[in-house]
Amino acid sequence: MASLDRTARAFLLSELVAGFVLTLKYMFKPKVTVNYPYEKGPLSPRFRGEHALRRYPNGEERCIACKLCEAICPAQAITIEAEPRDDGSRRTTRYDIDMTKCIYCGFCQEACPVDAIVEGPNFEFSTETREELMYNKDKLLANGDRWESLIAANLHSDAAYR
Amino acid sequence: MSDVEIKTLTMNFGPQHPAAHGVLRLVVEMDGEIVERCDPHIGLLHRGTEKLIEYKSYLQAVPYFDRLDYVSPMNQEHAYALAVEKLLGIQAPERGQYIRVLFSEITRILNHLLNVTTFAMDVGALTPPLWGFEQRELLMEYYEQVSGSRMHAAYFRPGGVHQDLPDGMLDSMDGWLKQFYPFMKDIEYLLNENRIFRQRTVDIGVVSAEQALDWGFSGPLIRASGLAWDLRKSQPYDVYDRMDFDIPVGKTGDCFARYLVRIEEMYQSARIMEQCVKALRTVGGPVRVDDRKISPPRRGEMKGSMEALIHHFKLYTEGYKVPAGETYTAVEAPKGEFGVYLVSDGTNKPYRCKIRAPGFPHLQALDMMTKGHQLADMSANIGSLDIVFGEIDR
Repeated sequence: MASLDRTARAFLLSELVAGFVLTLKYMFKPKVTVNYPYEKGPLSPRFRGEHALRRYPNGEERCIACKLCEAICPAQAITIEAEPRDDGSRRTTRYDIDMTKCIYCGFCQEACPVDAIVEGPNFEFSTETREELMYNKDKLLANGDRWESLIAANLHSDAAYR
Repeated sequence: MSDVEIKTLTMNFGPQHPAAHGVLRLVVEMDGEIVERCDPHIGLLHRGTEKLIEYKSYLQAVPYFDRLDYVSPMNQEHAYALAVEKLLGIQAPERGQYIRVLFSEITRILNHLLNVTTFAMDVGALTPPLWGFEQRELLMEYYEQVSGSRMHAAYFRPGGVHQDLPDGMLDSMDGWLKQFYPFMKDIEYLLNENRIFRQRTVDIGVVSAEQALDWGFSGPLIRASGLAWDLRKSQPYDVYDRMDFDIPVGKTGDCFARYLVRIEEMYQSARIMEQCVKALRTVGGPVRVDDRKISPPRRGEMKGSMEALIHHFKLYTEGYKVPAGETYTAVEAPKGEFGVYLVSDGTNKPYRCKIRAPGFPHLQALDMMTKGHQLADMSANIGSLDIVFGEIDR
């Protein structure tokens, strides 16, 4: 009887037909894909994307050139040079991140004692040339200005866990 | 009649072949369609991880472990974190341990989903990867919610995990688990009885239990050959001793048995996840050790207290010193036994970090498994070995 059953199944292609029925059912389920440039998947407040240098609300840059991020960076992607400004406060004269070296581990934002360098929610920063990925201080500060509202909201919502 | 001498044809397979799973280059000696010998040429993804780790502080070495086997990042961090903890003589707090076990199992499901479905793709089924990647996406969202990164998490740290689970994650995981079992049933429904899948996998690449031991197999591969060997049972780490789960064991040791073992392991992982989610609702407390010489202070504290700020600066520049000693610590990574042999000379950097990647001995056995099979069966064998070049080439 078992052999008859097996032979019948073999000739009727039962498992293949059953598989097709199942895939057909999936065709009528709601789509799970998103129409990417117009729709995007969810991002959590902890997302580690493109870097940004933040400013205080009064426009003063936060970074005090303590170089903790430079020290912790496992890929050695950050280069900082600093000297006292005219008003005597210590600020960076150079803050470069080589985005081609960066491994987006998030250690720089963990290390930063003043929340100046952060990895923001932006993940769409591809460029056509390699040179454009060598970020300097102007670019990072511009990123900070551009993304500040989102970054601040993310830092605020994650503050209880940090 | 004179003897006819048949010369084998030497052929390159990969490193750009889609069935080569990464940058595997095989030099195959073919007798017609039959593989006489296949010689894996490795090293195309060598990045010198072990040497680099010698020049990094113990914290900085964590991201390197994500990038070994990039399909199961957190399990490898787990091995490293456990090794450093052993040398430091500390233990992660209970909640941290539960979170680590939870995410180790999520990683196992991530890995097996990728392997099982792409294995099916290697032998001709395109639907399973499309479905499996939806589930992977959901799990990677959990990754992203806890660590901020979908793959290279850097989440398990020596002394616990980096941050606590965000609010609502446990409820969301309950929901995920509920829909995961029916999904797995669908995948099994498509593949288990499918004649094409069976013809491509049953009795292909048979490895006996003895051969599995001789070739240094571990993980799902040794279990598919009939040996119930699992480090989570034999030498439990973190809270695995409190978890209730079974070790699936295969009987035949062929590609199909390896597939079945991985499928069952996903069910078992989901079971462990359920137990962890349940436990995490009651187990409170810190997620990493409360020792300022090892784990940095919380941000709020760091901004208010001079002492905490000094600790913060010390930990993010010099790091912590680990007492001199050596340890071999292994975890049951999805692919097998992943071990870290760590030698410390009492400074803030490891003196030596040898990584035992499970894929390496598995790849060695490819020649033994494939000899006498047809060329098409080689890609089935490679798929069932579950090799990832990040960890083999290191």
